[in-house]
Amino acid sequence: MTQSTQNTVDSKQDLMNYVVRLGDDSIVLGHRISEWVSEGPFLEEDIALGNVALDYIGRARMFYGYAATLSGDEKTEDDFAFLRDEREFENYLINELPRGDFAYTITRQLLVDLYNKYYLQALTQSTDPTLVAIAQKAVKETTYHCRRSKSWTLRLGDGTEESKRRMQLAIDDIWGYSHELFESDLLEQRLIDAGIAVNCADLKQPWLADVEAIFQQAGLNVPETTWAVRGGRKGYHSEHLGHLLTQMQFVYRSFPGAKW
Amino acid sequence: MPHLWALLDAVKDPEIPVLSLWDIGILKDISQHGQGVTVTITPTYSGCPAMDVIREDITAALLSDGIAQVKVELELTPAWTTDWMTSKGREQLRGYGIAPPDDVVDPMHGHLAHAVELTETTQVRCPHCGSHETRMVSEFSSTACKALFQCNDCSEPFDLFKHI
Repeated sequence: MTQSTQNTVDSKQDLMNYVVRLGDDSIVLGHRISEWVSEGPFLEEDIALGNVALDYIGRARMFYGYAATLSGDEKTEDDFAFLRDEREFENYLINELPRGDFAYTITRQLLVDLYNKYYLQALTQSTDPTLVAIAQKAVKETTYHCRRSKSWTLRLGDGTEESKRRMQLAIDDIWGYSHELFESDLLEQRLIDAGIAVNCADLKQPWLADVEAIFQQAGLNVPETTWAVRGGRKGYHSEHLGHLLTQMQFVYRSFPGAKW
Repeated sequence: MPHLWALLDAVKDPEIPVLSLWDIGILKDISQHGQGVTVTITPTYSGCPAMDVIREDITAALLSDGIAQVKVELELTPAWTTDWMTSKGREQLRGYGIAPPDDVVDPMHGHLAHAVELTETTQVRCPHCGSHETRMVSEFSSTACKALFQCNDCSEPFDLFKHI
């Protein structure tokens, strides 16, 4: 194999891995939110959470579908979602944290939705046309997600003593998982150099400015702690992902090839 | 070809059975090649569960018309917008009890407009009684594309098809 063919093969493999990661982020969070269905604090909110979950799962399908075409074999989107194990998932850890109470879910949504707003905006500038198409589609929905997460954060932060206490508790718990959202490994660095991937370090400043402004308005504090948990992009996970996958993958693995 | 467009105009959105695919603006192209037909559609929301049903309904409609091979392709770009909804579609939505994206009250001028950003105080013309005295109950309703409102005058709940 010549040097240049080798490079092409590697960069295609890089692209596929990257697209799968983006799918992993979406499906893991989408599944987490879907756990609220029939458990929401009231009917309208139950339905809203179900809809947001569907947006994330739909986004995962677009990424996995693209990865399947890049793989060049007979793989389908389902293979990526249901036939890979914990160590093969490379989602950021923040997405796999348990759903917690409603304050915890809203806090995670606020941080991730705002992150996705900037991430998808940047991805619309990618040199890869399929990623651009997916990002242009998803960024519109994210606007609605951000607005909802923001209005709930204000309502709960500026609500009762109890709702404020729970929001701050959630922020303090989750904050340490936000740092890896702005870090790229070598694979992503190669794709950033090629103009394909998003350089997430660039997103930190606008993201933090948004978060600080919303927290301030809601009477909540940005933690001053510096602890950070990392590993999602390497496939090192918290104890929570395995449990999520067993539930998500159980039917598909028990009845291979089953059709509805 | 006009025959095929007419045939597909009879395929409705399974969630809103008054709206045809053409009226929602998701029917992008129909091409004929030999015995087969390829239909290109664009998804509304990425997670819209109706898309799979729509795909099946298109296939069934064409197969029952004697077309031997039907292929339904999904095109992501340019991303769908409610601006592609036809005026007939908007009127049908009102008749069905859903406010189309154009019926949002502009807070600055009081007249109806679309593409107004929703806030907690956004008002929408009630498709039942026409009143502007309405309030938002939830940003997401029975489906992701709609928000739930209630009319303060006639007390009826109704959906707004959100601008996207």
